[in-house]
Amino acid sequence: MASISMTVNGRAVSGEAEDRTLLVEFLRNNLGLTGTHVGCDTSQCGACVVHVDGDAVKSCTMLAAQANGSDVKTIEGLASGGELHPVQKAFHENHGLQCGFCTPGMIMAATEMINRHGASLDEKTVREELEGNICRCTGYHNIVKAILAAAQEMGGAQQAAE
Amino acid sequence: MYKTTYHRASSVEEAASLISGADDGKLLAGGQTLIPTMKQRLAAPSDVVDLRHIADLKGISVAGSTVTIGAGTTHADVANSAEVRSACPALADLASNIGDPHVRNMGTIGGSIANNDPAADYPAAMVALNATIHTNSRQIGADDFFTGMFETALNDGEIITAVSFDAPEKAAYQKFPNPASRYAMAGVFVAKSGGGVRVGVTGAGSDGVFRASNMESALSASFSGGALDGASVDPSDMLSDLHGSSEYRANLVKVMAKRAVEAAG
Repeated sequence: MASISMTVNGRAVSGEAEDRTLLVEFLRNNLGLTGTHVGCDTSQCGACVVHVDGDAVKSCTMLAAQANGSDVKTIEGLASGGELHPVQKAFHENHGLQCGFCTPGMIMAATEMINRHGASLDEKTVREELEGNICRCTGYHNIVKAILAAAQEMGGAQQAAE
Repeated sequence: MYKTTYHRASSVEEAASLISGADDGKLLAGGQTLIPTMKQRLAAPSDVVDLRHIADLKGISVAGSTVTIGAGTTHADVANSAEVRSACPALADLASNIGDPHVRNMGTIGGSIANNDPAADYPAAMVALNATIHTNSRQIGADDFFTGMFETALNDGEIITAVSFDAPEKAAYQKFPNPASRYAMAGVFVAKSGGGVRVGVTGAGSDGVFRASNMESALSASFSGGALDGASVDPSDMLSDLHGSSEYRANLVKVMAKRAVEAAG
């Protein structure tokens, strides 16, 4: 057992876990943050994507111990003050989900994608960069629309602020 | 996953000491192959030594025409590096097409070449660029480093610290990804420099990455796609599995090589 401490969604947390504990298991079982999903358990589907020190990573493919001391953000940390994050809102408005199982990973991947590309994000890039996120319901079309809409809104807001 | 003991090294020396003290230890770079393998219980190291927090292993530098990339540099960092993009755009392109964005944020060049997966992209670039693999005890030329499928010249506990190569005049990498796994069915890295043309092939060979020597001679005489019409790789040296026969892979190698030459311009 090891003592693991990290910042999750802005809050300092710690817990005891075996060294073999995956980050996603630590988030779900130790911290009760069940918004991050395990889809495939073989590192392919992206349902478990969270941000570690700002980078989108698969939390099923990282030991909790590897993230010791890191700053982690999960789907639970996106909305603030009862307001959905622009990416969450765009998924809602564009019907970017059906069963919703892949959605936490999709939204965390999309948020990082928009952070990197800003408003210049185009459809081809979105489709390419969704390679690590599998959705078995939507056929991706509305997910792509939602991400592009969110990029416009977030990029536009950034430009207005500058 | 079986039980394991996690260690975090803060220097190469500390990592070397931790791994030598472990019963059956494994070095953990980005973990994008090792962790899934451990989850499937195909690997059960007694200890894992995390290299990700060793600052000396990260970073890219260019001195003259020599490009040096720290072993702990992620695929995302290679893909987004202005230095690599300027010195060898083919390598930045290659890095930008490994796995998916989340894998690229964790996976490292050192981890990829140490693992030497027969379908990994970096080994093809290393042999085509005639790269030098630097470890904590010596330097190894790429031709001598990759010794077979999942096999390298590394000794137990030896740690890759960096790779270096001279920027080529022209280079390009083309791969045909398996439609499901996205791993290369055939990936060909072509590099032209003062010393001639080198062609590294991944994904297709039955013994892992290899150089296509008759393609190299043809391209050294004339650097054009047409020069490859009469050159080929021997199907009996190619992998054959449910994804493609050895003849199919041999043909893919030729098609990818032609595309790479055309892309290199």
